[in-house]
Amino acid sequence: MRLIREFEEHCLEKALAGTIVGGIHPYIGQEAVAVGVSACLRADDVITSTHRGHGHVLAKGADPARALAELYGASTGLNRGRGGSMHAADVSLGIYGANGIVGAGAPIAVGAAWAARRAGRDDRVAVAFFGDGALSQGVVLEAFNMAALWSLPVLFVCENNGYATSLPVDRGLAGDPVTRAAGFGLTAEAVDGMDVEAVAEAAGRAVDACRAGAGPHFLECATYRFHGHHTVEHLMGTKYRDDDEVAGAWSRDPLTRQRDRLTPEAAAEVDTEIAVLIAEAEAFASSSPGSDPGDALDYLYAGLVPARPGA
Amino acid sequence: MPSLSYVAAVNRALRDEMARDERVCVLGEDVSQGITGLTKGLAAVYGTDRVVDMPLSEQAFTSLATGAAIAGQRPVVEFQIPSLLYLVFEQIANQAHKFSLMTGGQAAVPVTYLFPGSGSRSGMAGQHSDHPYSLLAHVGIKTAVPSTPSDAYGLLLSAIREPDPVAVFAPTLLMGASEEIDDDDLEAVPLGSARVCREGTDVTVVAVGHLVPVALQVAEGMAGEASVEVIDPRTVYPVDWETLGKSITRTGRLVVIDDSNRMCGFGAEIVATAVEEFGLTVPPVRLSRPDGAVIPYALNLDHALLPDGRGLAGAIRAVLR
Repeated sequence: MRLIREFEEHCLEKALAGTIVGGIHPYIGQEAVAVGVSACLRADDVITSTHRGHGHVLAKGADPARALAELYGASTGLNRGRGGSMHAADVSLGIYGANGIVGAGAPIAVGAAWAARRAGRDDRVAVAFFGDGALSQGVVLEAFNMAALWSLPVLFVCENNGYATSLPVDRGLAGDPVTRAAGFGLTAEAVDGMDVEAVAEAAGRAVDACRAGAGPHFLECATYRFHGHHTVEHLMGTKYRDDDEVAGAWSRDPLTRQRDRLTPEAAAEVDTEIAVLIAEAEAFASSSPGSDPGDALDYLYAGLVPARPGA
Repeated sequence: MPSLSYVAAVNRALRDEMARDERVCVLGEDVSQGITGLTKGLAAVYGTDRVVDMPLSEQAFTSLATGAAIAGQRPVVEFQIPSLLYLVFEQIANQAHKFSLMTGGQAAVPVTYLFPGSGSRSGMAGQHSDHPYSLLAHVGIKTAVPSTPSDAYGLLLSAIREPDPVAVFAPTLLMGASEEIDDDDLEAVPLGSARVCREGTDVTVVAVGHLVPVALQVAEGMAGEASVEVIDPRTVYPVDWETLGKSITRTGRLVVIDDSNRMCGFGAEIVATAVEEFGLTVPPVRLSRPDGAVIPYALNLDHALLPDGRGLAGAIRAVLR
């Protein structure tokens, strides 16, 4: 969690300074979800992530230096500078990508689980992370149905941070998420998404059950994002949440809560370790070369197609 | 010589690829029953775990195929009607197609999309009569529109073997077609290789899909007055510019007949490139559906919007004048 928090703080600074182009969707406040769930996963499990994906990608094991290099558009980045914040991926680690379209990862995760079954690897779990806003996306509901129909090992993780961009969840979502998921036949429960141990415990049960063939599960993690939906909000001064509400959420900061469970020495050790990792990541990313503009369409196809230039 | 129908050719390609490669599977609505004919009998041979009936969730099963392909499978997705493309454009154009570049080449998405019954001319009305291959060409999806049973077989084979997403459109007006061909002569047809269907020296006609046999008939009928070369691009993306360029440069005259809407359609691209690069001696002509056409139900209204042989003959005469 500390790694994600410091990584995001660093990215916020660099996004506001313009080093990271396109801005970011900060994950600060939601770290317990990515970390608690990923703690239960194996290297060969698959995840699909969201536009707010840095936390999931790092928690699943992506190299923070290459993740930062990606945000700097460097050729050493996770995606060789072709994906950026909203598409960060490391397929070798089962990270099938952050995604710029809300809910789009859910059916991709179902496909990964379906493929694993076809390949005789039913014990491989696919996790689809998405937010409360994605519960209004048809593909997510379609994915619930298909995963339940075929009893696939998929864990759907809904990070309910209370807002779909600026729209409060009670103005965007009828009913409650757990009931909705249960209606599709998913084994569903809600958990405090700002307590990493509570998330890990619930996710552990769900992942074990998925591996054991008990079919798809759904976990609603109640959480909060401490910053705006996107860094552009800093520039626009958008305001749709009370200061009191945000301050109240900080009092439930998952990092503080977890820190209180550690000895001061252990906590300080983590801080030091993470500070070094971030410094190393910055050194790596800022010294990494970009790609040649002539290579801008590299990787467009795996099979050869000579794309004609536009000008 | 044995006769092979268009539908049987597609079916045969699916069978052969499923036999050759365990990773090939077929997903779609009613595929175990083979409602469109293309997948008939496959479930009996390969089982319903590999020929999988999907719920009516086109968007999710299109992305399911993407996830499965990244994970190592080679799905073929059948869409019962071509207008479903509008529903799944996000999943094809924005997800499957972009994955390779966006991930810096970490993984490809080898999915084949099959669109039978395309461009219907049998009274299927507004929402079942589009022929939307130009849209996929525009976004850069490799897209085949086979005009003969052997091409349907060969292009589908190549599509399934390709590491990228590929769409294959089977025009309604060809699905009843047959061809005399030996099984041994069936082979893969590379994507991006046009076929010169008929050689000629006065004018190049580029025809797509069901309009290829129409163009050949017109060319034969005009044999006394003009030497017409007919080229079938076979894939509308990528386009075999080399074969087209050689022909058009030689004849200096071009007519394109394409069952897309006119604005930004496939024919527009052929004409634009020919004007830019191939040294035309007279202005080219394109025949297409009208701008923004919605096909009406009544057959006489439907057919009024169809680029046809009579129009083609007139266009050929116009560029020869």
